[in-house]
Amino acid sequence: MKVTMNVNGAARTGDVEPRVLLVDFLRTNLRLTGTHIGCDTSSCGVCTVLVDGEPVKSCTMLAVQATDRSITTVEGLAQGANLSAIQAGFHEEHGLQCGFCTPGMMLVGTSLLDRNPNPTEEEIRWAISGNICRCTGYMNIVKAIQHAAKARAAAAADKPGVPAAAGVAGGGE
Amino acid sequence: MFPAAFDYRAPTSLDEALSILKQHGDEAKVMAGGQSLIPLLKLRFSRPELVVDIARIPDMNAIKRDDGHVAIGALARHVDIEHSKELAAAAPMMLEAARWIADPLVRNRGTLVGSICHADPAGDWGSVLLALGGDVVARSESGERVIHAPDFFKGPFETALKPDEVVTEVRIPAAAGHSGGAYLKLERRVGDFATAAVAVQVMLEGDRIETAGIGLTAVGPHNIKATHAEQHLRGKAPTDEVIAEAARMAADAAEPKDDVRGSAAYKKDVVRVFVQRGLKSAVARAKEVGA
Repeated sequence: MKVTMNVNGAARTGDVEPRVLLVDFLRTNLRLTGTHIGCDTSSCGVCTVLVDGEPVKSCTMLAVQATDRSITTVEGLAQGANLSAIQAGFHEEHGLQCGFCTPGMMLVGTSLLDRNPNPTEEEIRWAISGNICRCTGYMNIVKAIQHAAKARAAAAADKPGVPAAAGVAGGGE
Repeated sequence: MFPAAFDYRAPTSLDEALSILKQHGDEAKVMAGGQSLIPLLKLRFSRPELVVDIARIPDMNAIKRDDGHVAIGALARHVDIEHSKELAAAAPMMLEAARWIADPLVRNRGTLVGSICHADPAGDWGSVLLALGGDVVARSESGERVIHAPDFFKGPFETALKPDEVVTEVRIPAAAGHSGGAYLKLERRVGDFATAAVAVQVMLEGDRIETAGIGLTAVGPHNIKATHAEQHLRGKAPTDEVIAEAARMAADAAEPKDDVRGSAAYKKDVVRVFVQRGLKSAVARAKEVGA
């Protein structure tokens, strides 16, 4: 059946069987392979995407359920050549080791900061509690999200009225 | 992993959903958030011919205060309960329980009604409903019926629902007077099924317990209402001895099995300790309300 959804700001359509999972639609039909498949049993969170701004497991959602919804994948975080604050944070704080959980962690972090711009460490740990880092690199993941929160606050202070994420330059400086 | 092939319908009204189920109920599964159903489909434990996705039906996601109760719509998600002002006032134990459901990602899609219809014996909401005295409202083309929580859970993954019925809402009695509750859960890690969990709710009248509700999770073929323990508490002052005896009776009502999460004897003792702790917190909370 035909599905239409907004993915990273653009309308995308496809013809899929009802049993096709959102993660497979993204990876196979749209070739957006930044969303990973880990446990495939709703346990690990590496397939996390944002649906209307909220993090969910794309291995536990049918593509047809995403009809007319807005999906954000890791490919949608950067603004052109500029990393988003969360991506810059993971770069600066070495928030990844093997990198497999990183797309999901960054999307959860993005959603958290959109709702709660200045989270406590406990709130960050709570937010990422559905996402497993097999390298156990949680310390730096928490620091990366804290880094992003500071960068977004600083950017918002510099440029009132401009969305914080868009005001942050590349993280490599 | 792909589910076996199925047909998919996404009705946009309740009447349309009921008409589909009238025709195809026997071969169909109803889906709300899909957080229980989709894993079952992927493992092919469930192979329905038709999935009826009710998520496009408007006005079923509300949590609203009604006359003497709070109505939780079929599409209200765990995360909505976690943040509900109506439930914070009327049944605060539900906010505590919501934080124990699965993990934050699942809570963004999964629903209370979907969870109870799935009727996993390790499901948390069943015990909460048993402790609070909730009602399940089911609709079919032949009409509406209200099923009391103790009559709803029949066995592992088995409820009193008929194939042509949809649960439209769950009703939770609004707490009155000096009421308090607690949800305690032992899990090995976030998102794991409970080793054991308990829901307790008490209402005090002066120095005595007027009513008590106790529900047990993951220690039997379905969520268990510890009726003997509830009766033991009624009309008594909540002394340490009375609470300890009720906790022992609740443990007797549990029928756990040995598995990777622990031995049956261990789980029974977890129930005893959690009911004891839960009752003490519930009584303390009930005293604070309106104090």
